[in-house]
Order: sequence, then structure tokens, then C-alpha cells
Amino acid sequence: MTSSPELAPTIIAPRTPQRRTRGRTNTELYAWLFMRVSGILLVVLVLGHLLIMNILDGGVQRINFGFVAGRWASPFWQVWDLLMLWLAQIHGTNGLRTIINDYTRKDQTRFWLKMALYTASALVIALGTLVIFTFDPNIN
Amino acid sequence: MSTTATSRAPAKTKFGGTLYRGREGMWSWVAHRITGVLTFFFLFAHVLDTALVRVSPESYDTVIATYKNPFVNLMEIGLVGAVLYHALNGLRIVAVDFWSRGPRLQRQMLWLIVAVWVLVMVPGAFFMFKHSFEVLFGSK
Repeated sequence: MTSSPELAPTIIAPRTPQRRTRGRTNTELYAWLFMRVSGILLVVLVLGHLLIMNILDGGVQRINFGFVAGRWASPFWQVWDLLMLWLAQIHGTNGLRTIINDYTRKDQTRFWLKMALYTASALVIALGTLVIFTFDPNIN
Repeated sequence: MSTTATSRAPAKTKFGGTLYRGREGMWSWVAHRITGVLTFFFLFAHVLDTALVRVSPESYDTVIATYKNPFVNLMEIGLVGAVLYHALNGLRIVAVDFWSRGPRLQRQMLWLIVAVWVLVMVPGAFFMFKHSFEVLFGSK
């Protein structure tokens, strides 16, 4: 969208069948579906995580290196955290992509904001995955 | 145009007729965006602080001590509240999209999730802040 001022902008009639102008893929459909499927999984993963970490058995006060080592000794919690990391990060990245698409006015701004977003996301996923897989309880 | 939209007389206000007033549906959407962005930025910081387990137990314990501070603890309650709203409203969106009666019941479902939110947050905030309260006001 360029921001050329128009005196009478044409408003397309509601429910006009959408005409495909570019691309023949259903990426946006899959992104829409992913938000719902990952969202449902994240309700369990994230709310479970918040309950355990913040509320049960003393909450955040009991968390330290030893606590993390105890949890990641179990493959169950490793898989839980890995799934949560990937799903939450991709879910959040797609959410921010939507917001950038909605509010940016210039193509350049939109492009660079998305590049920054994708770079940050890739780094977070890579770092988090590396930490879960290479965690060493006897690091010292 | 549906008949339900015209059955109610338009509200008289000093604004013109073009201001969109989406009521509960609009505001729940606004809150969904805000809580989503907030959670995204927290996730970024949280993966970085957790990654310190790969550096040394001491550096991890130092950064986790920040979370145990009563003021940060208060912000954590805010974060849990934001995530809980985003989760519950996300389930409502899934119901609107996939359940045949969803769109008609969207407003009732919003008040339902608000009620669930309050019911979970009252005991949740109590247990999350219990230790900080004791630190601030004496008994520990």
C-alpha cells in the first residue's frame, strides 16, 4: 500500500470474492490454522509451566540452578520445554508479523521490521534449543 | 444487511457516524494484541536469562534472584494475568471460528472467560505474592 492521498477511496463491497493477484499458495491459511492448533497446545504447556514455576510448592522462591538440573534430568520436562519454546516462539513471531503488517505504512519499514523479527526469533529458538540439548548439571 | 443490526436505534453521540464501536468483540481483540506483544517480549528476555544455566550455576542464580524481588514479583503477577487472558481468549477465538454456535455466543463467552480469569487470578495472585508479602511486612 502506498500512501498517496486519494479524495474518494474506493471501498470494495463486502463479501466480494477475493481475487488472487499473486501467489498460488495457502500460506496465510496454514498460518491461521497454526495459530489455533499451537494455541490450544500452548494453553496446556504454558499454563502448566506457570503453575509449577510460580505457584506450586513455594513458587519462584525455590527456583535455582539445582531445581533446573533436577527437572531437566527427566526427558519428559526436556520435551515439554522444547515443545513450549518452539511453539511459543513461532506463535509469537506470527502474531508480531500480523501486527507489523497491520500497522506499518511504508514497504521499507515493514520489510526491515520483519527481518529484525525473524532474526531475533531464529536466535531465540537456536539458543533455547542448544541450551536444552547441551545442559550439563556438573558444569562447575 | 442483517435485521438485528438495524433493529436498534443508533446511539446519539457527539461523534460522527464513522467511528467503529465494536463493544466487547473489539476490546477483547485489542487486549489480545496487547497481551500477546507483552508475552512475546517477555519470552525473549526469559529464554536469554534461562540460557545462563549454560554459563554457570552462579550467573543463573543471580539472574533468577531478580524474579524473587517483591516488585518484580508484582510484575510477574501482571504477566501471569496477561498470559492467562491471552490463553482464555484464544480458546474463545477457537470456539468462534470452529463451533457453529460460537459467533452468536461470542459476547457471553467473553464474560465467561473474564469470570474464569478472576476465579483463577485471585488465589493465583495470593500464592504468588505470599512470600513477598512476608518479606515486606515482617514475618520473614
